[in-house]
Amino acid sequence: MNKVFPNKAALSADLKNNPTLRAEIRKQRVGASIRYIILLFFGLVMLYPLFWMFSAAFKPNHEIFSSLSLWPKEFSLDGFINGWNTGTEYTFGRFFLNTLYYVVPKVILTVISSVIVAYGFARFDIPFKKFWFVTLVATILLPTSVLLIPQYLMFREMGMLDSYLPLYLPMAFATQGFFVFMLIQFLRGLPTDMEEAAQIDGCNSYQLLWYIVVPMLKPAIISVALFQFMWSVNDFLGPLIYISSVEKYPIALALKLSIDVTEGTQWNEILAMASIAIVPSIVVFLIAQNYFVEGISSGGVKG
Amino acid sequence: MYENKRLGLLYISPYIIGLLVFTAFPFLSSLIISFTDYDLINPPEYIGLDNYRYMMDDDTFYQSMGVTFAYVFLTIPLKLAFALFIAFVLNFKLRGIKFFRTAYYIPSILGSSVAIAVLWRAIFSLDGLLNSFLSVFGIEAISWLGEPVFAMFSVTLLRVWQFGSAMVIFLAALQSVPQSQYEAAMIDGASKWQMFTKITVPLITPVIFFNFIMQTTQAFQEFTAPYVITGGGPAKSTYLFSLYIYETAFKYFDLGYGSALAWVLFVAVAIFTAISFKSSKYWVFYSGDKGGK
Repeated sequence: MNKVFPNKAALSADLKNNPTLRAEIRKQRVGASIRYIILLFFGLVMLYPLFWMFSAAFKPNHEIFSSLSLWPKEFSLDGFINGWNTGTEYTFGRFFLNTLYYVVPKVILTVISSVIVAYGFARFDIPFKKFWFVTLVATILLPTSVLLIPQYLMFREMGMLDSYLPLYLPMAFATQGFFVFMLIQFLRGLPTDMEEAAQIDGCNSYQLLWYIVVPMLKPAIISVALFQFMWSVNDFLGPLIYISSVEKYPIALALKLSIDVTEGTQWNEILAMASIAIVPSIVVFLIAQNYFVEGISSGGVKG
Repeated sequence: MYENKRLGLLYISPYIIGLLVFTAFPFLSSLIISFTDYDLINPPEYIGLDNYRYMMDDDTFYQSMGVTFAYVFLTIPLKLAFALFIAFVLNFKLRGIKFFRTAYYIPSILGSSVAIAVLWRAIFSLDGLLNSFLSVFGIEAISWLGEPVFAMFSVTLLRVWQFGSAMVIFLAALQSVPQSQYEAAMIDGASKWQMFTKITVPLITPVIFFNFIMQTTQAFQEFTAPYVITGGGPAKSTYLFSLYIYETAFKYFDLGYGSALAWVLFVAVAIFTAISFKSSKYWVFYSGDKGGK
């Protein structure tokens, strides 16, 4: 501190004798306080529902809507116990695992195919490259509902209904243009001299990809994996169309089922399971939030 | 960079296969299916333009289309304005910025999940959280999900609540506005508001445009929130177009009409996007050096 202001005494004397400077500083302090008040207010309003949901999960059913307090008057684990057992013959844990059965392959396939394709786009001279690139951007903007019915018929023809394959198989072909686009943007920003040097040393393009490009792409790859994880866990329409037997239900369908079955009366159970359902996403986000922020601000993201 | 054209083609071949099999083929098939009557049991029967003719007299079609546009026009300006406002407040050297950024971003990570839609139902139902909150101030219970206008409001609010990702993009853009521009304006005696409207906003128009396009394409396809929270009701007041397509095709198994509806949505979104891109020439300002985002 002293290094920055070698003459603190002189500075404060200066402040005393300089009303405009003093006014300026006061103005800045007021400005900062206003900012904090705005941020705190909206932050509370936004996060209150989430905190309330977590606390409601620990309340007995009759207390949930009768008090606004975040602290349960009567602490109860009934919501978790009954909710976990669900109204079906399976526990909620089963639905959790089911979710992972397609989310994990989806993430892995997305990363592998998107990296390979992005590498091709960013580093090679390809016939009709511009055309392919335009299709890539077009698929990002294309409303997926126009593909839904024929895709369903296709997977039905292939005998894949009521399995997780329709949910992740297309990912093996870099069908989410958004991720490819994000990786291309990232690759274009990377210097190519390492790759050139390795090429002179006799590396072929696969070795370049694996030993040089992938390590440099690591932050972007993590971003892709994280976003795909979040979006896949949240995905509802896909499982709704393709998964029909309860034993294969992922969390999204199980939650919808439980709210339909109870007609929204056993709120403690429903909110307890909803709380559990979002815990993985929150944990992953808190651990890796910098990747989200960077991924978004380099490629731009939906959400 | 590398000359070998065939090798490059090999690298993007997964994409080309995926494009053909999972995008282009279904895309064209759905147009063909839209000219048929198909219920999954009997083989599709060619009926020409009948599905489209039927649509012209279909009240639900107009209702659903209207509701979808209302939803988009309500959510997008609100969400973007709010995202920009919070980004603007955050864009200062304040302690705890990272904390606030995290807090504001969390809803957009979770927002599209069924869990949050369920939470929304708990908040807006008749004996829900919002009404218990209002009763503290002596306000009588409002049927948030039972009145068309309020139901739309509740569903809209869920999307606005997820403004975090747009905000983070805005924040990155705001941070890249060169400080010298503000200093020059300050010397010229510009007010804070003038600096915001005359310097900040023009410089970040490309990012505003980007956010606008990404957010609208998604809003047109919103499904989970209305499906779980209101089921499209009451009186189809939140019956967004994707709900109508889904129910037509997968509940009533009228795949021909469902495809026709999907194609009309596609054309509507395409026209909307084309107009947005055309208009961007007049209001999006790209600086000469493409140094920005």
